[in-house]
Amino acid sequence: MQPFLTLVRRELGSCYVSIIGYAIVAAVQFLLGLCFVIVLRALNGKPFDVPVTEAFFNNGLFWLVMLLAPPIITMRTYALEKSSGTYETLMTAPVGDLQVVLAKFTGALLFFMSAWLPLLAYPFLLKRFSVDLSQVDTGAVGGTFIGIFLFGGLYISLGCFASSLTRNQIIAAMNAFVLGLGLFLLSYLTFIVPPKAGWQSAVLSHISMIEHMRDFTRGLVDTRQVVFYLSLTAMFLFLTLKVVESRRWK
Amino acid sequence: MSASPMIEVENLTKRYGGRAAVRDLSFTVKRGEIVGFLGQNGAGKTTTMRMLSCFMPATAGTARVAGFDVFTQADEVRRRIGYMPEGNPLHLDMRVREYLKFRARLKGLSATRSRERVDIVTEQCGLGDVAGKVIGTLSGGYRQRVGLADALVHEPELIILDEPTKNLDAHLTRAVRQLIKDVSKDRTVFISSHLLPEVELTCTRVIIIHEGAIRESGTLDELQRKMSAGQQVIAELAAPVPDLREAWEHLAEVEHFDISAAEGDFHRCALTPRAGVDLRPQIFELAKARGWPLRELTRTRHSLEDIFVHVTRREQEEP
Repeated sequence: MQPFLTLVRRELGSCYVSIIGYAIVAAVQFLLGLCFVIVLRALNGKPFDVPVTEAFFNNGLFWLVMLLAPPIITMRTYALEKSSGTYETLMTAPVGDLQVVLAKFTGALLFFMSAWLPLLAYPFLLKRFSVDLSQVDTGAVGGTFIGIFLFGGLYISLGCFASSLTRNQIIAAMNAFVLGLGLFLLSYLTFIVPPKAGWQSAVLSHISMIEHMRDFTRGLVDTRQVVFYLSLTAMFLFLTLKVVESRRWK
Repeated sequence: MSASPMIEVENLTKRYGGRAAVRDLSFTVKRGEIVGFLGQNGAGKTTTMRMLSCFMPATAGTARVAGFDVFTQADEVRRRIGYMPEGNPLHLDMRVREYLKFRARLKGLSATRSRERVDIVTEQCGLGDVAGKVIGTLSGGYRQRVGLADALVHEPELIILDEPTKNLDAHLTRAVRQLIKDVSKDRTVFISSHLLPEVELTCTRVIIIHEGAIRESGTLDELQRKMSAGQQVIAELAAPVPDLREAWEHLAEVEHFDISAAEGDFHRCALTPRAGVDLRPQIFELAKARGWPLRELTRTRHSLEDIFVHVTRREQEEP
């Protein structure tokens, strides 16, 4: 346990001392602020029939953050250690491969979540300045954060996997982004394929992240979706572990 | 427990694809020894060290460190070794003290113990002045010390250093070498190098590896004795050149000779003996019999460099 916590601390620390870490936080804040402005404009004097959280997340900016931030956070996890050689000092310390994989994932995920923390202030701002207090629902805010957490977990694990495959950070980020974007774009199949009764559209609606997020932002946490995200995350972590172990087969 | 050797390697082989980087390596390192692992670039030094430090497994053969198998008991082995890889990789974004503490904690030391040990190794490696600095801003010599401090921080029984003085200037090399000598008093050290003076100055025993196989191994004295057969004898005699030439030609044990003028009436003769005979008594008797003044009579001692060149060349000629 101790090596795990030490490593998590190191991973988190390295995010907070690097310029990239702050650039990510700044970019996330900027885009979220923009989302907030859009929502405020929409709310301004007009009747509003969807929850604020849904309006907030149902635009491209939110997804831009979601898809761009994880590859940049995770690109250095393995690639940098491999290119600088510290991978060797890490792997010759009395630490298990699984501990390394989990620690790097946890560190990156914690950093990713911390970039979203200022979001918590937005509901209070709305409550403070909005006449109609019913606009902000605690359940919806909670659901949104659970959604961000699950989605972040999946994309961070995918980024770790991409980073473990190469020693070049740029290639790691590109691979993670392309893989992640591909996974995300599957959501649009639901819009293209006409909804019919049949297993095809059922499958498509199960893998549509846009629909998942819509549910989460309404405060609806569906077990099927939780399982979907957790199992994919576990799969990518498993693949990363196998890549880390692969130095023993070569 | 303490009776078992520190490193036991038996028929260790590592193949990358079809090419063997290390072939059938067998050697032992006793506790308390400082052993130099000498070889040209690409001879298999780093590969061997990586296998010993549990970074990668062998294709065949076994290696034990302090009695523990490096493959099946990797955690036990890792706890007992301090390994500094080639090029001394460090986290350049961390501060010296922070880095050492991180490494100590990673190696399983408790919070208080790691603080104590970090203080000790900081002192030991002369890092007191730079403890608060970011590693990336340090000079090569200090970085090397940080790497060494990291290898020492958990009080390992065995220290494995891969090219510890690579890319350092002469002054820093000397400082690092002294540091290695200091820390090796109470533990076993295994150093690889392609630099001969390095090994000659720090190590008690040398293993010479060439193309993945051990060519020679032994203490410096042993190697020198082994090599001294067939060594040249230098004699400085005051005699006319034709007389000298005639004398050497009639001496059956002299295979080859070379005469050059030295200052005064003296001539410097370099004599190569046949079949490893020591020529010195005969030359002395000859000089006495003919009444030639003799002012020098030495058998050249091979430096490690000669041994190394000899050993590796022999291998190259064989195939």
